Amino acid sequence: MMEIGLTHYLILATILFSIGLIGVMRRKNLLMLFFATEILLNAVNVGFAAISHYYNDLTGQMFAFFIIAIAASEVAVGLGLLIVWHKRNGNINLDTMSSMRG
Amino acid sequence: MFEAIAFYLFAILTIVMFYIVVTTKQALFALTALAAGMIFISAFFFILGADFLGVVQIIVYTGAVMALYAFGMMFFDTTREVKEKNGSSLIIMGLSILSAVFVVAIFSAPIIGSNIESLYPTIEGATNSQSVGMVLFTKYLVPFELAAVMLLVAMVAGIVLAGKKMDRSLTLMAEEEILLSQEANKKVIL
Repeated sequence: MMEIGLTHYLILATILFSIGLIGVMRRKNLLMLFFATEILLNAVNVGFAAISHYYNDLTGQMFAFFIIAIAASEVAVGLGLLIVWHKRNGNINLDTMSSMRG
Repeated sequence: MFEAIAFYLFAILTIVMFYIVVTTKQALFALTALAAGMIFISAFFFILGADFLGVVQIIVYTGAVMALYAFGMMFFDTTREVKEKNGSSLIIMGLSILSAVFVVAIFSAPIIGSNIESLYPTIEGATNSQSVGMVLFTKYLVPFELAAVMLLVAMVAGIVLAGKKMDRSLTLMAEEEILLSQEANKKVIL
């Protein structure tokens, strides 16, 4: 209990990942959907850093860096698209994005 | 001992913060809780000895990404909330937890195998930033440069998407056109 091992970190990453998945599934506000994806990426980063520490391997930290870079560019492009959508339609509700429904 | 206390403290804080993010109705609460959760996540990186990653987490996530979200929220009327009618939250929670457990089990299954070797082992006697720099600029140089180019493209794309009247270029317009548009702007202001 007092010795923190890899399992503790993996369980924490699982909990954070499931919180992010709950957010992705139940939010209808597009901004909140972006927040939930950030939670998912952070949960994965915690798992990578823990594995990197407990196996004395730097690959996990490298992948965490690249995940952070991808998250930053995702925010830039996603927020731009969100602003364009808000200018055109006046709302950021996910349910209104059904223009391609058959 | 202290590591265990720090782990449990920050684990509880992070879980609470992220739970607030996915449940609150106020966009501002969600933004603030997400920024706090990112800071608490960086504490795990410091506990795990990944100092450089922790600093990058604070600078990039809480400094740049959260600032960008706050900037984006100024474009929207955040007081008018999006009406979110939810289905059965029990099914959503069950499915989320189940799939998260499956994902972690699938990706941590190779740990059970005993023949794991470090691809890039930590260098003896070097600090974390030094060894990160050595691996990043020798083994991962091409992905690093690709990530830099990708960030540049994303920045340009974000500016073009968010910017207004980007199709008008003052350098390609004649003098009279520019003067005419300035007159039109003055009329709008008056």
